[in-house]
Amino acid sequence: MTEKRNIAAGGLSAIVVRLRRSVRAHARGFRRQDPATRAARAAEKSAVMRPIVPSATVTTQALIAVIAIMTFLAGITIGAVSAVSGVASEWTSDIARETTIQIKPGDGLDVAAALAKAVEVAKATPGVSGARALDEAETAALLEPWLGKGVDVANLPVPRLVVVSLDSGAGPETMTGLRAALAEQVPSASLDDHRQWSKRLSSTARTAMAIGLSILALVAIATILCVTVATRAAVDAARSIVEVLHFVGARDTFIVSEFQHHFLTVGLKGAAIGGGAAVALFFLGSTLPSWFAFDQAVDTLVGALTIDPRGYGGILGVSVLVALVTTLTSRMTVYRTLRGIN
Amino acid sequence: MVRFENVGLRYGMGPEVLRDVTFGIPPRSFQFLTGPSGAGKTTLLRLLFLSLRPTRGLISIFGRDAAKLAPDETAVLRQRIGIVFQDFRLLDHLSTYENVALPLRVQGREEAGYRAEVTELLQWVGLGERMHVLPPVLSGGEKQRAAIARALISRPEILLADEPTGNVDPSLARRLLRLFLELHKSGTSVLIATHDIALMDQFDARRLVINQGRLTVYD
Repeated sequence: MTEKRNIAAGGLSAIVVRLRRSVRAHARGFRRQDPATRAARAAEKSAVMRPIVPSATVTTQALIAVIAIMTFLAGITIGAVSAVSGVASEWTSDIARETTIQIKPGDGLDVAAALAKAVEVAKATPGVSGARALDEAETAALLEPWLGKGVDVANLPVPRLVVVSLDSGAGPETMTGLRAALAEQVPSASLDDHRQWSKRLSSTARTAMAIGLSILALVAIATILCVTVATRAAVDAARSIVEVLHFVGARDTFIVSEFQHHFLTVGLKGAAIGGGAAVALFFLGSTLPSWFAFDQAVDTLVGALTIDPRGYGGILGVSVLVALVTTLTSRMTVYRTLRGIN
Repeated sequence: MVRFENVGLRYGMGPEVLRDVTFGIPPRSFQFLTGPSGAGKTTLLRLLFLSLRPTRGLISIFGRDAAKLAPDETAVLRQRIGIVFQDFRLLDHLSTYENVALPLRVQGREEAGYRAEVTELLQWVGLGERMHVLPPVLSGGEKQRAAIARALISRPEILLADEPTGNVDPSLARRLLRLFLELHKSGTSVLIATHDIALMDQFDARRLVINQGRLTVYD
C-alpha cells in the first residue's frame, strides 16, 4: 500500500513504467531488446576506453622527470668510467708496446755503427716487431725545447736513441732476451723499458677506475633509492584507484598488472629520456672536434668524452635496470596497499 | 544467502564496535539498516562486503565461510555483491560510461560485448546524456546514480547501499528508492543503510536496527 501510494504521489507514472520495463530487460540480459535498437547501439562508437591508471597526472610527470634525471646521471657516470677505463688502458698498452735503446757516446765509440748494430740486434730478438734509430734531425727536434733550433747533434755528447716496437703478445722474456743480447753485442747500449712510467700510469689508471666505480656504485644506489621512493609515492597517490578496483571485484593480479603496465611505461619513458640524453652527450662529445676542426689541444680535452660500445651498452643497461626497478617497486607497493585494504 | 552468527568486531585493542550480531539476508529480500551515527552501520556493510574480517563469530556468504576465503575467491564473491558508497568512489579520470563499465572491465570482458548493456543502464538511471562526462562535472545526484549504475551493471545478487540518499534532495531520494524497489522486484536482495526516517517510511520493509554495536531485526 505504502509503495503504491508513493509511486502514485510521484506523478511520474510514465517514467516508472519505462523504468520497470527497462529494469526487466536489464535483468533478462536484454534478450528481448529490439534487434534494430541493439544493432544501432552496438554500432554507436563509444569513446576509446581510457587506461584505468591515468597516465597524465602531475605525479606521473614528476616520476618521469625523476627517473630521467637519475638515469641521465647514472648514464653520465657509466660513460665517464668507461672513458677513463679506455684512456688508461690505451696509455698503458701504448707504453708497453714500445721501448727505447740508448747509445751513450764515449771515447772512441762509433755511434753510427753502434746504432746500426743495436737495430740489428733488436730486430733479431723474438717479440720485436720493428726497430728504428732516430736520425740526427729527429734527435735535434727532441732537444729543441731545451737547446733551441739549429743544434748540431754530431758535435754534442748526447745519447742517441733506437725506438723498438714490440709485438702485442710480447712478454717479459722479450725484454730479458733483448737486454742480454745488447749487453753482449753492444756494450755501450742501455735498454729503457719504460717500467717506471708504466707502473705509475697503471697505478694512476687503477686509482681512476676505483674512484669511478665507487662513484658509479653511489650513483646506482642513489638512483635505485630515488626511483623506489618516487614510485612508491606515485602508487600511494593512486591508492583510491586500487581501492575502487578492489571493491568492484577485481582480482589482485588484475590490479597489480594494470599498475605494473603503467609504471613499466613510465619507467621506460623516463629511462629513455635520461639514457638518450646521456648517449647524445657522449656522441656529441666524440664528434664535436671533427665538426669544428678544433686544434689538437681541444681535441685531446674533448676527446676524453669518447666512450666505446661497452659504455653505450652500460648506459642502455642502466636505463633498462631503472625501468625494471620502477616496475618491480610499483608491483610490491600495490600488493602492500592491497594487504592494507584487506 | 548471507548469514551472520554471533559476529563481533573490534578494531585493534579497542572496544567491540559490533557485538553478537546475528541475522540473515534471504534471497529477493529488501531491508533497511538503520541506527544512529557511529552505531556501526558502515562497519556492518564492510563485513557484508568482505572488506573486513570479524574478530569472532561466523559469516557465511553464498554458502561460503568468509573467514576461509582466499583473496581471489573473495574477489569472485564480491562480483556477486554490488555496493554503493556514501562518497560514490567514482574515478575522476574516467567518464561516467567508463566508471559504470568498470566492474565488467575488471572481469576481462571486451568492451564491444557490454557497450549496449552499459548504455541501456545509464539511460535507465537518467544519465544517457551524461555518459561521456567526467565525474567532477556531474551533480551530486548524478554521481549517486552513476555509483548505483556501477553497482548494478554486473547484476549482483545483493545490493548494499550506504546512505544512498544522504546527498540528494527529497524528490531525488524518492526516485532513487523507486529505483531500488524496481531492482528488488527483478530478484536482487537489497540492503540500504540509512538514518533517513522519511525514506524508510515510504516503503514497508524489514528493518535492521543497530545501536551501540547490537543489532535488532524488525520483520
